[in-house]
Amino acid sequence: MWMGLQFIILRQLNIDQAHAAADSIASNTLLAISCFFMSNNMKYYLPRQEKYWYILIMSLAASLIWLLCLQGILWLIFAEGDLYLQYLKDTWGIRFGAGFLLISSMSMFSLLWYSQQETREKDIRKTESERLAKEAELYKLRQQLQPHFLFNSLNSISALTGSNPEKARHMIHQLSDFLRGTIKRDEQQWNTLEEELEYLQLYLDIEKVRFGYRLQTKIIFAENTLQLKLPALLLQPVVENAIKFGLYDTIGEVLIKLVATSDHDGLTITVENPYDPETLQPPKGTGFGLESIARRLFLLFARQDLLSVKKENKKFITTILIPQSA
Amino acid sequence: MIRIIIIDDEPLARSIVKEYLQHRNDVELIAECNDGFEGIKSIQQWQPDLIFLDIQMPKINGFEMLELIEEPPAVIFTTAFDEYAIKAFEINAIDYLLKPFDKTRFDKAIDKYIQQKISQISPVLETAAQSPAQQNRVVVKDGNKIKIIPVSQIHYLEAADDYVKIVTADGSFLKKRTMNFFEQSLAAYHFVRTHRSFIINTQLITRIDVHEKDSHLVLLNTGAKLPVSKAGYSKLKEVLGI
Repeated sequence: MWMGLQFIILRQLNIDQAHAAADSIASNTLLAISCFFMSNNMKYYLPRQEKYWYILIMSLAASLIWLLCLQGILWLIFAEGDLYLQYLKDTWGIRFGAGFLLISSMSMFSLLWYSQQETREKDIRKTESERLAKEAELYKLRQQLQPHFLFNSLNSISALTGSNPEKARHMIHQLSDFLRGTIKRDEQQWNTLEEELEYLQLYLDIEKVRFGYRLQTKIIFAENTLQLKLPALLLQPVVENAIKFGLYDTIGEVLIKLVATSDHDGLTITVENPYDPETLQPPKGTGFGLESIARRLFLLFARQDLLSVKKENKKFITTILIPQSA
Repeated sequence: MIRIIIIDDEPLARSIVKEYLQHRNDVELIAECNDGFEGIKSIQQWQPDLIFLDIQMPKINGFEMLELIEEPPAVIFTTAFDEYAIKAFEINAIDYLLKPFDKTRFDKAIDKYIQQKISQISPVLETAAQSPAQQNRVVVKDGNKIKIIPVSQIHYLEAADDYVKIVTADGSFLKKRTMNFFEQSLAAYHFVRTHRSFIINTQLITRIDVHEKDSHLVLLNTGAKLPVSKAGYSKLKEVLGI
């Protein structure tokens, strides 16, 4: 297109066809090579600082080289003393200007294009690495809650094998079911409350064998909550926390109460355990593992307000709200 | 006969120790306890030779229980965690059994106790461990009762011969520990040793007055006026950033 344009202009300036064609072809081919070179340069090397100066200087240099090459080629094509060469000398200013404009805008365009592409790639990488980090963190949070429970359960089984082998076998089955549930749940992210309560019951049964009469539990739920969904393995750590807290902060029987209700905000679950107001330190006493549960909720929902605790009449109450997306 | 008491809050954990003990004829089980409070009572009543002690228990943990006993018996810890092992050996425990443990390992622990007794390396329990049993609280005996004092409720501590007097809003309590022990363990909780005989809770300070040359007086919001030595004053300045 540029070639045609230049040809027409030159023709209008009363230049003969051969000269005009040669000039147009030579200058524009060279120009195209320069632009290609600049653009490629940007592709592999994106200037960071002082990028505008870099482009300016590069473009000026490229235009100069272009002009010199053009002169050289036309000198070769046309014989010495050709009038057209004189004409070429007179128009170097305007040629240089046009070339510079074209090359620099091409460079500028490439710069924008490639840096945008780079940002886009960076964004993709960032989202990906964030996702991986989040998964790893969730995995770690879940793992934290297991070993203590596992070793103590094994110890109970070891004790039962001597005194009550039948019961020991039963407990091994409960523990296996519970562990299988834990492993299986790693992959699927959301479960119904019904499934999670079943899983929780396995856990509670095992804990009851461990602690004997000291541990009492009560689970209350409205019918319409059973099919609501919640993140897998969220409930059990909360209850585990309540059990530990209740058992280690008081003496005698401990009642752990879980209540599930639903309203337009979503599924609300409260877990209640007794505590001793005299030994609990008011500012720091949020229990053992609630920070990690709060963190998990934040990672899942990006909300900080889903877990809350309150102390009421020697009861420590943990409330979790699980938003139900439509 | 080695006279033994088991202290563990899980009935099945006690029963396995009991079972292993039944296989031996050189031991006698004299009591079983559900928690540290019962443990203290039983130990004082029966003066056992050896106790099997769980660490995580209701109200006070195994280490805290030991701190409250004047002359504790030899101890073998039984726990599911290995995180307390270093601390257990710091106080000269005979052994540290990780749950679940088998009979061979269990017998080895008892044999270790017998060996130490024969060779007269008196298994004296070092109750004055370098680090507190639990970071954020202090357990003291108040007559026959046991009191758990959260660190934030301590106003100040004062040296009293072999003891340290712990002053709180509920009164003061004595604990057999050194000032150095408290100075180190409470440093993380805004406590500063302002004087050879005083460690104060800096969060309660309302005023610091010049008393005499090179000495100051610090006033707590509880009304207490406590002396500050020259060295104590520079420590205080550093902590308060003045």
